[in-house]
Amino acid sequence: MTTVADAPDQTPSAGTGSTALDLILRFRALGLLLALAALIVITASVNPRFLGAQSIRDLLFAAAVTVLLAAGMTVVVLTRGIDLSVGSTLGLSAYLTATALSSGTPVPLALLVGIGAGAACGAVNGAIVHFGKVPPLVATLGTLYVFRGIVYFTAGGSRVNASDLPRGFLDFGSGAVLGVPYLFIISALVLAAVAVFLSDYRAGRDLYALGSNPEAARQTGLPAGRRLMTAYVLCGALAGLGGVLYAARFGTVDASAGYGMELNIVAAVVVGGVAIFGGSGTVLGAGLGALLLTVISNALPVLRIDQFWQQAIVGALILAAIALDRLVGLRAARALRRKASHVD
Amino acid sequence: MWTRFRSSGALRSLATWDAAIIAATVLFLLIAAQSVEHFGTARNAGHLVIDLAPVLLLALVMTLIVMTGEIDLSVASTVGLTSAAMGVMWNAGVSLETIMPLAVLLGAVLGAVNGLFITGFGLPSLAVTIGTLALYRGLSYVLLGDTAVADWPRNFTGWTLGTIGESGIPNLLIPMAILAAAFAVLLHATTWGRSIYAAGANPIAAAYSGVAVRRLKFWLYVGSGAMAGLVGVLWTLRYSSARADNAYGLELTVVAVVLLGGVSIFGGKGALPGVLAAVVLLTAVQNALRLAHVSTEALTVVTGSLLIVAVLAPNLISSAGEALRARRRRTA
Amino acid sequence: MILRTLLTKGVKLMSRKRILSITAPLLAGVLLAATACGGTTQGDDDDGGGAATGGTADPDADYQTGLSIAMLPKSVNNPYFDASSAGAEAVVTELEGTYEYTGPSDASASSQVSYIDTLSQQASDAILLSANDPNALCASLDQARAGGTIVVTFDSDVEASCRDLFVSQVNGDEVALSLLEMAAEQTGGAGEIAVLSATANATNQNAWIEAMEAELESNPDYADLELVDVVYGDDEDEKSFSETQGLLQTHPDLKAIISPTTVGIAAAARYLSGSEYQGEVALTGLGTPNQMREYIADGTVTEFALWDPTALGELAAYTAAAAASGIITGAEGEVFTAGDLGEYTVEADGIVTLGPPTRFNADNIDDFDF
Repeated sequence: MTTVADAPDQTPSAGTGSTALDLILRFRALGLLLALAALIVITASVNPRFLGAQSIRDLLFAAAVTVLLAAGMTVVVLTRGIDLSVGSTLGLSAYLTATALSSGTPVPLALLVGIGAGAACGAVNGAIVHFGKVPPLVATLGTLYVFRGIVYFTAGGSRVNASDLPRGFLDFGSGAVLGVPYLFIISALVLAAVAVFLSDYRAGRDLYALGSNPEAARQTGLPAGRRLMTAYVLCGALAGLGGVLYAARFGTVDASAGYGMELNIVAAVVVGGVAIFGGSGTVLGAGLGALLLTVISNALPVLRIDQFWQQAIVGALILAAIALDRLVGLRAARALRRKASHVD
Repeated sequence: MWTRFRSSGALRSLATWDAAIIAATVLFLLIAAQSVEHFGTARNAGHLVIDLAPVLLLALVMTLIVMTGEIDLSVASTVGLTSAAMGVMWNAGVSLETIMPLAVLLGAVLGAVNGLFITGFGLPSLAVTIGTLALYRGLSYVLLGDTAVADWPRNFTGWTLGTIGESGIPNLLIPMAILAAAFAVLLHATTWGRSIYAAGANPIAAAYSGVAVRRLKFWLYVGSGAMAGLVGVLWTLRYSSARADNAYGLELTVVAVVLLGGVSIFGGKGALPGVLAAVVLLTAVQNALRLAHVSTEALTVVTGSLLIVAVLAPNLISSAGEALRARRRRTA
Repeated sequence: MILRTLLTKGVKLMSRKRILSITAPLLAGVLLAATACGGTTQGDDDDGGGAATGGTADPDADYQTGLSIAMLPKSVNNPYFDASSAGAEAVVTELEGTYEYTGPSDASASSQVSYIDTLSQQASDAILLSANDPNALCASLDQARAGGTIVVTFDSDVEASCRDLFVSQVNGDEVALSLLEMAAEQTGGAGEIAVLSATANATNQNAWIEAMEAELESNPDYADLELVDVVYGDDEDEKSFSETQGLLQTHPDLKAIISPTTVGIAAAARYLSGSEYQGEVALTGLGTPNQMREYIADGTVTEFALWDPTALGELAAYTAAAAASGIITGAEGEVFTAGDLGEYTVEADGIVTLGPPTRFNADNIDDFDF
């Protein structure tokens, strides 16, 4: 890690360093865990098979990609940004990886193709946001369509079928050790790595500073441009890796891979307690948010609730999460003020 | 008041963007009419007007919202939900004359929910309307699922596609023109319109000068929802089909035309004529590309790129201008 | 919030229909006063359109050359329609016509409307259409036909009054019978079976499901087969995948899944092949050989069926060309020759049927490539 000038030290995970906020943030993770547990208990009581080895494996398979993308999205949202193009990036990477593999490219090289394509998409986003000074929402809403258009363009009506992919790659995609899919292990490791990056490295902690007060961060000499680019490229690269995992898990890849996925990822991150204003939140929370959404979508068919409810639930969750954050924020501010007046 | 506008540099550069987009639109129409077969026909012009109606109507209110520094990404989902609700009511035997005002009312209520979250709880409009984008679309699927309600009376559906007598002028053109003119007058010639600019340019100063910023924004969201409800009615009758996926993804186009029309995403800047020109330009480009046998993929890329360019271009122009001025100052 | 949603909904298992049945009368009640005093309500409008095909057919006429024929699929970027397009293009080229394959990238009715408008402005001689909605396209199709364009639907039909002819892939009952037969063979004729369909309003799928239900009722051979569930994967890969998961979790004794959609069967096969149910639960339905080859090889699937989409495209092109050349008008009983495909007769409602579906299994799958 290259260190730049002396920036004031930022307390990473809590953002503010206050114990009250710390507690609330930890509460968020606790609340998510409670919600997860309750949901699983209810679903399992309706249908015990929901806790079967096969069902848990299915759940972790489905969560692998979401968790990965949520980790990348967290990094961008921390900087007050957003990346709506992750679904399209994943689609592009998945298609390119699958095509490369089906034409005989060795797996490690295809992996690089996928991650590289994702990183390139991220770099485009970062450049438009940083150099073009285009608001992230607009920039990535635009690239959502541009990247998807490129996938349509390259893929046309073709589809890469499972039979075109190397056996070993697919076995890896559907394999598991002790009931935990390899894919999920990869996602969990990446999530941990991103968590370490955000809390223990200057570049990672700078992202919190950038998000909570961009002006101040810039004035303290923080290389804002480089940090922003890092965030978007990282998010893109993770979406790219997500594309590789997608190809490994599904085997069949066509131009629509990952279509409409961005909404779920944003929801996972917001539900996981990452503030949409930037500057606060953890990847762990985002990961839990992603897990919760996956459990919900897997529980719906088991509970015999119409799948049509899923999107409405996602929307309601986003609203509930941001409203909750606001409420907690107001309470905390009031508590701090009261504490301050006591001291006087 | 007008002179004050004139003297402001930002407004002046905006006037040029406005003029540029209008010129580009006229130029494109002329070139396309010359070079793209079937583009310049009266029949195609009629199709164009009908095709751009939903985007134009939604863009009218979206312009005002973006000008106050907010955004509403839920408009297309609101269209879908009102359309789905229309289908349910129609199946329940409610008369169309009752359904239509109810659909607009429903839209207004959905908009009020947005407004409440944003102005009442002080939440960011981006996050709120991404939430309601999912929620409203989800609810429309809950209402109608994958089914379509299609047996709408032909005298109503026919009207949306019909023309005034034998003139070839689409029926829709008149109400559209009236609404567009009304919004232009509201925005550019009333105190209410000026308060929108003020709320977007500097909300704190606006509040001190007596503008109830929060109430203003709340009613803008109600208006946005009501307009989406109206578009829901129009969409349902025009395609003679109430479906949960109606107008899916249309929010992108609406935001794109507003930004392309020169409205600043940060609020406080913009004018309606530019937006109207942008609506025509985007629809005409898509129409011409289709007529010229350009692939669908290209259409997707064009829409996305236009959105980025709309914001990127003025930024680049202004920073280039600054660099030029700085150099001139140095040489002077 | 989620908890509350899931508690109330989970325990009561409230379905969409249920909500409709509650809200609909409620709304109706509230609005009774308004509706009572008249207005336009459902069922008022019964004119139905119904542009009857005029003119007389000349069965001995030759196919015209130089026709412009365009194919408008549900969405481009779909391998199934690519195959159909290849078939249609070959026919149009042989007839020295001009061919175009165009359409939206999303399978929505409103985007198809724009393409129909464009094609009718370009005065195409014929449009081969697979429709995303039976009604939403009618106004545009009427306009196109008024301008002299022949509209032939294939794969998925619109209201009979809005098109000239419909080229059906198969006779609906035949599909249903084949599917049941395969399921019975693979389960030994007894046990629970379930259907993984496309969307809840897909006309063709629903007709097949109904025909299957009727056959299960009436045919004593199937007395021990029980249809326990119908779920919808929306023709989306991931949703079909998770619906399959859900099916197997809810019905532990399930013996077979029938998926009469190419997207559904591929997703279900992929799930089964990686799960403990492989070989335990039979899977059959409609799929393409290229997508299913792997699952036939690894034993997940024994046999499935489909018509040849390329032949479907060919027949649609011949039908359109025949109509544009005045060989047929769409009236019942008219006969035309569709190149190598042979002779076809127009059935009631202007329907032309391709023929019985082909069954694919380990013995013959390598003879097909689509």
